[in-house]
Amino acid sequence: MKLLFERSVSGRHCELLPELDVPEINFDTAQLRICEPRLPELSEVDIARHYTELMKQTHGVNDGFYPLGSCTMKYNPSVNEALASMPNFADIHPLQPVSTVQGCLELLYNIDQSLREVCGMDATTLQPAAGAHGELTGLLLIRAWLLDHGKTERDEIIVPDTAHGTNPASASMAGFRVISVVSNDEGGVDLDALKAVVGPHTAGLMLTNPNTLGLFDHNILEITRIIHKAGGLCYYDGANLNAIMGRVRPGDMGFDCTHLNLHKTFSTPHGGGGPGSGPVLCKAELAPYLPGPLITKTDSGFTFETPPKSVGRVRSFYGNFLVVLRAYAYILSLGADGMRQSSANAVLNANYLLAALREDFTIPFPDSCMHEFVMDIGPLKDECAVSAMDVAKRMLDFGIHPPTMYFPLIVHESLMVEPTETEGKETLDEFICILKTILAEAHHDGVRLRDAPFTCPIGRPDEVGAARKPRLRYDFDAE
Amino acid sequence: MGVYVPSTTAEQKDLLSAVGLNSLDELYQVVPKEALVSKLELPTGKSELEVVDTLSKLANKNQCFQSVFRGAGAYRHYIPAIVQSVTSKEEFRTAYTPYQAEISQGVLQSIFEYQTQICELTGMEVSNASLYDGASAAAEAVLMCQERKRQEVIISATVDPQTIAVVKTYCASRKVPVRVVAADKCATDIAAVESTINAGTAAVLVQSPNYYGVIEDIDAIVAAAHSKGAKLVMSFNPISLGLLKTPGEYGVDVAIGEGQPLGLPLSFGGPYLGLMTCTKKLMRKMPGRIVGETSDAKGRRAFVLTLQAREQHIRREKASSNVCSNEALCAMTASVYLAAMGPKGIYKVAQSCTAHAHYLQRRLQEIPGFTLRDTRPFFHEFLTNCPSDTDQIIAALSEKGILAGLPVDGGLLWCCTELNSREQIDLLIAALKEVSGV
Repeated sequence: MKLLFERSVSGRHCELLPELDVPEINFDTAQLRICEPRLPELSEVDIARHYTELMKQTHGVNDGFYPLGSCTMKYNPSVNEALASMPNFADIHPLQPVSTVQGCLELLYNIDQSLREVCGMDATTLQPAAGAHGELTGLLLIRAWLLDHGKTERDEIIVPDTAHGTNPASASMAGFRVISVVSNDEGGVDLDALKAVVGPHTAGLMLTNPNTLGLFDHNILEITRIIHKAGGLCYYDGANLNAIMGRVRPGDMGFDCTHLNLHKTFSTPHGGGGPGSGPVLCKAELAPYLPGPLITKTDSGFTFETPPKSVGRVRSFYGNFLVVLRAYAYILSLGADGMRQSSANAVLNANYLLAALREDFTIPFPDSCMHEFVMDIGPLKDECAVSAMDVAKRMLDFGIHPPTMYFPLIVHESLMVEPTETEGKETLDEFICILKTILAEAHHDGVRLRDAPFTCPIGRPDEVGAARKPRLRYDFDAE
Repeated sequence: MGVYVPSTTAEQKDLLSAVGLNSLDELYQVVPKEALVSKLELPTGKSELEVVDTLSKLANKNQCFQSVFRGAGAYRHYIPAIVQSVTSKEEFRTAYTPYQAEISQGVLQSIFEYQTQICELTGMEVSNASLYDGASAAAEAVLMCQERKRQEVIISATVDPQTIAVVKTYCASRKVPVRVVAADKCATDIAAVESTINAGTAAVLVQSPNYYGVIEDIDAIVAAAHSKGAKLVMSFNPISLGLLKTPGEYGVDVAIGEGQPLGLPLSFGGPYLGLMTCTKKLMRKMPGRIVGETSDAKGRRAFVLTLQAREQHIRREKASSNVCSNEALCAMTASVYLAAMGPKGIYKVAQSCTAHAHYLQRRLQEIPGFTLRDTRPFFHEFLTNCPSDTDQIIAALSEKGILAGLPVDGGLLWCCTELNSREQIDLLIAALKEVSGV
């Protein structure tokens, strides 16, 4: 389809602003832009039709099943959208006098308190704008704590080989060296391997539990004990909190610090890749280092306060407020029991799929799972030359967003399936049916699957070519 | 209790029996008992009506101002109706990062269009798909300029203080030295910056229009940085580029900015939009997602996430940044805004902002004490002295539904956009005269 620039017709425009009611300003020529920007010239109908066409080539949560592992693509409630567009939230300037923003501050204060309870932690910052941003922030807290306690030699963060890629990247950004630790036969952290790598340089551990294999590490209390005993701190990657919300708390598992992905567990929409929100929660001993300002309650209302030994800001203002607001509405809706219902149903749905698929597909850890599980397409590849990619791409023809592919890295042809709690049995059954159909196709005519999908606006794009000869903007001169 | 689980109790029982369990609690058998929690100390769930009621009550505790004369990093502009109409489409709103290109061409193409528009607006060669906000974009920008022998970052004190704070946070953990060079009144002290740059300087960060609204002499600062081999990172206000010389025309290496003015509401500070652009030379050092054009096997045009070899899911600890989720929907918002404005519209907004700001500044001269701190050319913000207690003035105006300028360095930092009509400004002046007893 055409690009905005290819729809442009010289002279077309939208009538948006009135004529100037004050004198025009003429700057010195040296301060003026030389070339007019080649922005498209369009009427409103051109724009409306353009984006409706783009919309039709976009798969949202309401277009069908979205079992994208570790991304928690649950339904995004409508009421939260309506609330986020209320002018008394959406049109509030972040630097208004505190007396005029008491509603915003109370909301932030309330969700802060609620998240502490969900996580078993003592303090919160809502400033980080995404999960990875939260990871960086949490690691900065750990770093500040270590420095403050004279533990300057501790510069190693231990990360399991099943970890999200953001973990090692964040650790490196926070100035740490990354030490990888292998998984055991059960898919959990190998305790002996862990004991072998901890030592006087251990700053801490970053862990997801349940991990990216969808397995809850039953040694978790021992793992956090080993780290603490070695003098390090434990960071919980909250990306998979949807499995345990209201049932197990990071703080009770021995973690000192965690981030949450409000755009996963707390139902705020992903927006095609953001905005998200990645609040960080910590135990009291890390609280003095949190980014400021934080919200506090006083006799005269809510106000801002920056912790004494703050690591500094990680973002302007107070974070992605309207995302936090949606998550707050979600927490109010669910309440204590609703959270337990949601997480358990997420786990139940995953186990139902696992049980239905384990006979026909290779599943490395087939007994049970938490909110997600990993299928291994490796044996199918050996047998029929059909890869995880082929299976995933064929799913597109059935209107399903494929599971996460080729992650975690320790399963080479992996498909990571996370159904979430907001799918009914009929959707799960349909998914099972589709996977079995694809399996039959693989055995019957595997070669064909390598050309899937067949019904999408495009076939598989040439990614290698895209990276080799980057075309990152429209070429106006090629017309 | 509003739970978004479709399964009825009976259906849950069916699912449970299919996996050989009797209760939901049994799903957590693997968890050590001492780590389980039986009940959270949170209120019980509410119905939708109750949630709306609770949030409405909170909303009513905020004051939404009729006229806003405050900017300082967050700007209230007119948002064309088409913007909200497009970005509220649920496909765009609820999709994940476009990993599966075949069913994500809509999102991918829109990001490609966004990248092109931002390149056009800034005059820069390459744009990424967005970062969290302007401040974190500045931090990422100075980090991408790091070289083995050049690490130090020099920042003019006229850069937004929140941006400086975020840059310092990001640099501290990597042991990157940061030096802030004091301003000459409300502008960069170019001679001081020039003498601070040395063989170990990686980047100089300046903002124009700067925090005080002044248009900096970027030509001179670029020359100073480049003559000593340092890179120049410029923070810009995207609206100002409808009128003012672009980072590309100045020849800067990396240009970043807060994209909120491009169609995003004030939202009490977020979500906003980190704009990030650079020269082709620095392309492979740029953080964040980038969309590129390619084709499928049948030769059809296709868009994909590209240059992923820079990114965390491939490179892990060696990645150029840990950025994963960005602000995609905000980028689309900016893209629709720019499409609606077009080249003439963006000029008109910029002219209207600066014209109203200058009109306000002239009218303020009618009241003794509101003198300009710095007489150099400004865009749509300017700092004046304040003849009496700033809090008192702010409170008095607040009662009339007017949000006054921000108290900064004992004065007031005023801002106008196209929303501050002559009528609004005249009302402000009348109110100020009343407060000041003029």
